[in-house]
Amino acid sequence: MKNEGSKIVKWLLIGISLLFAFLFLLLPLFTVISEALRNGWAAYKEAVTDEYTISAIWLTVEATVIAVLINTIFGLFAAWSVTKFYFRGKKLMTTMIDIPVTVSPIIAGLIFLLTFGRQSPIYPYLQAANIQIVFAVPGIVLATVFVTFPFISRELIPVLESQGTDEEEAAALMGASGLTIFRRVTFPHIKWAFLYGIVLCAARAMGEFGAVSVLSGHLRGKTNTLPLHVEILFNEFRYVPAFAVSSILVMMAVVILIIRSVVEYRGKGAE
Amino acid sequence: MKKKLFGILSVAILSAAVMAGCGSGSGSGSDTETADNSSSEKVTLTNVSYDPTRELYAAYNDLFAAHWKEKTGQDIEITQSHGGSGKQALEVANGLEADVVTLALEYDVKAVQDAGLIEDGWVNEFDKDSSPYTSTIVFLVRKGNPKNIHDWGDLVNDGVGIITPNPKTSGGARWNYLAAWAYADKLYNGDETQIKEFMRKLFQNVLVLDSGARGATTTFVENGQGDVLLAWENEAYLSMQDYPDEYEIITPSISILAQPSVAIVDEVVDKRGTREAATEYLQYLYSDGAQRLEAENYYRPSNEAILQEYADTFDLNINLVTIQDFGGWDEAQEKHFADGGIFDEIYEQQD
Amino acid sequence: MKKAKSKRVIPGFGLSLGVTLSILSIVVLIPLVSLVIYTAQMDLGDIIETITRPRVLASFKVSFLTALTASLINAVMGVILAWVLVRYQFPGKRILDGMIELPFALPTAVAGISLTALTTDTGLIGSVFDKIGIKIAYTKIGITVALIFIGIPFVVRAVQPILEKLDSSYEEAAGMLGANRKKIFRKIILPEIFPAALTGFGLALGRCIGEYGSVVFIAGNMPYETEITPLIIMSELQEYDYASATAIALVMLIFSFAILFAVNLAQARNSRIINGGSK
Repeated sequence: MKNEGSKIVKWLLIGISLLFAFLFLLLPLFTVISEALRNGWAAYKEAVTDEYTISAIWLTVEATVIAVLINTIFGLFAAWSVTKFYFRGKKLMTTMIDIPVTVSPIIAGLIFLLTFGRQSPIYPYLQAANIQIVFAVPGIVLATVFVTFPFISRELIPVLESQGTDEEEAAALMGASGLTIFRRVTFPHIKWAFLYGIVLCAARAMGEFGAVSVLSGHLRGKTNTLPLHVEILFNEFRYVPAFAVSSILVMMAVVILIIRSVVEYRGKGAE
Repeated sequence: MKKKLFGILSVAILSAAVMAGCGSGSGSGSDTETADNSSSEKVTLTNVSYDPTRELYAAYNDLFAAHWKEKTGQDIEITQSHGGSGKQALEVANGLEADVVTLALEYDVKAVQDAGLIEDGWVNEFDKDSSPYTSTIVFLVRKGNPKNIHDWGDLVNDGVGIITPNPKTSGGARWNYLAAWAYADKLYNGDETQIKEFMRKLFQNVLVLDSGARGATTTFVENGQGDVLLAWENEAYLSMQDYPDEYEIITPSISILAQPSVAIVDEVVDKRGTREAATEYLQYLYSDGAQRLEAENYYRPSNEAILQEYADTFDLNINLVTIQDFGGWDEAQEKHFADGGIFDEIYEQQD
Repeated sequence: MKKAKSKRVIPGFGLSLGVTLSILSIVVLIPLVSLVIYTAQMDLGDIIETITRPRVLASFKVSFLTALTASLINAVMGVILAWVLVRYQFPGKRILDGMIELPFALPTAVAGISLTALTTDTGLIGSVFDKIGIKIAYTKIGITVALIFIGIPFVVRAVQPILEKLDSSYEEAAGMLGANRKKIFRKIILPEIFPAALTGFGLALGRCIGEYGSVVFIAGNMPYETEITPLIIMSELQEYDYASATAIALVMLIFSFAILFAVNLAQARNSRIINGGSK
């Protein structure tokens, strides 16, 4: 295998990858960072420690954590039922799971607005029960869950699919319980895919703008997530702070990715 | 290792259930919080406004809080929400709890009224058709005015690149369009074929049709596209403040009087018991102090005497038509901007 | 059919399907049904009139073509990136791996503004291309660039786990048996990663067709030229024409649904072939 030809291919592919990453990932990132620091560190610090920025950070973290957890539960159960069993309407169901990613976020927001908003038939009941969904935190969470809905299940399904059902069947025939089968047999196969799924979901949840923007109402200090706060800063002709706040999102993404790398490194080292 | 990972997983699932509970809990929690405000010492108001008024209301809210404290001894806190005017109206109509709306067009406030939140007759509730301040459309050109642009007629010259937002998505851009129309209307004495031809030429010179006013400013100022930006007067002045040596403001011979409307959202103030504070909040926009503040934020105060004080800032010789010259918003909307309207026609001819 | 029997062998069918369906209903089904009900109140003639307006049709074409181009590029680049990240060691690999999700975390508006700044005729990249007469920002190329950015993580992250799981001993065995690299790739690797790449492609395509936030900044939004469908929907909303907005939205939705359904069908067929072959 290790002949001259494969070496050329190797470096060619690496070269293409690096060039692509440089153009499409590094340059935009560089633009964000350089704009954020255009007026120096003091201005940067002021922007990121602003009272409204802080409240936006907490709201973003809250929405992201809840969305990841809900999608984790959903993703595991959905992947299990889709790949380990055969039933009618399965393809339809997997397609339904994917739908949220392909719905334009603005449409998604609009749909929730029409479903739970003031003009909806169920709005009076929600009011009577004192539940505020749209233009409050639950609406933001709902929108975030919606746009990240398939990420975890979508990572798990192909892996479980290619793994097949033989091992689980054998374990079941030997009398293992469902939980044991999942823990001992299935989970080791899917853990890295699962990790990717969580990271994808968290990253997307943090950055979601369109759907959340329709459902948030942009109430300063109350329902503004970080991406919305960035938009507000742009609209206030405050470029540098807007990029500074964007860079917080970049850093949050980096933290998640570092955590992932550590888990992955340890996990793979132990194997 | 496997056990550890599984442990983490089960904890994650457990906490998910807990968090999901908290999620809905905190939602209803914040709801009761707002409901309590009406009876407590501190009053809170939510003002849902449109994009370019951010700086204005940031300043006005401080001024008003001091006034309210002096008058009633109460603290007042005002939560602002800004966005595209139409989108903001849509959100209020769908349950965003705004005590007052201060939107770009009468048409948008009417949309909230149509949803049953505002009672009929709001236009006459405050002075001057409930428009405490007005604005108009001007040109922002690059320093030295290299393309020699002085009026609307210069915009259709070959080689002039225009930046304006899309009238279909931006309220401000509709004012731009109507102002240009008013100029052509005067030039051609109302001959609609010629006016349309003028508008067609003008939009042929448009390089980028951004979705909103802010995006158009970004395209012109930050990305250096085009020779002239059609902008709100106050936005043009804000760009001048940021880059005093790079741009000039050109006031055309004719433009349009943009009258942003304010209104109390009756359903919300009745529910929250904030009618008194909300009324005072909008009424105080007409006080001398507030009118000066508006002028300092480059809005034209509705009080004539105070407007004259700022004659150095504003070009008061400009000939301003109003939306009434177009038969009101409903008619203008229907004729020009609705699907299949004149704006669509202008673009279809280009193909 | 071997499968029919296995249905009862593995436990947890009722529970897992129950949980899946209930969450699916709350998050996806109820909102979708309300959209359909909303559109159903419209007259069919009005719906057809709305979606066949020349401007709307032109926007469908722009949205679909740019999304397709971007997703195809992402499908190829995604497989290459995943391959490089899994199989090769080189300096900067960890950083590259870590950066893949960035397009998700960056708010779309920021991405749009940054990309526009880079690709206008005065920008860092745009000025280079301007010299050879290619304009990026405010053209369809610009839209495609933004969509490539948005869609990068989908294919990479779908293919990567499969490649990692794929035991290289198969390839080594095949190599020893005399198969050349091309053949190994075609016969062993490609069938394994194909379903995942297809899923990634389908998701990226769906996402790109609906993308709004980043594209509006870079598109220029000229009617018939660079106006995307989500922008038309926004403009209908600005006119309080919810009916037209939802009608166009429904068309996009059906479109996405069809793409995904086709992808899922292909995937299911593919997995049958693989599983069937290995047994």
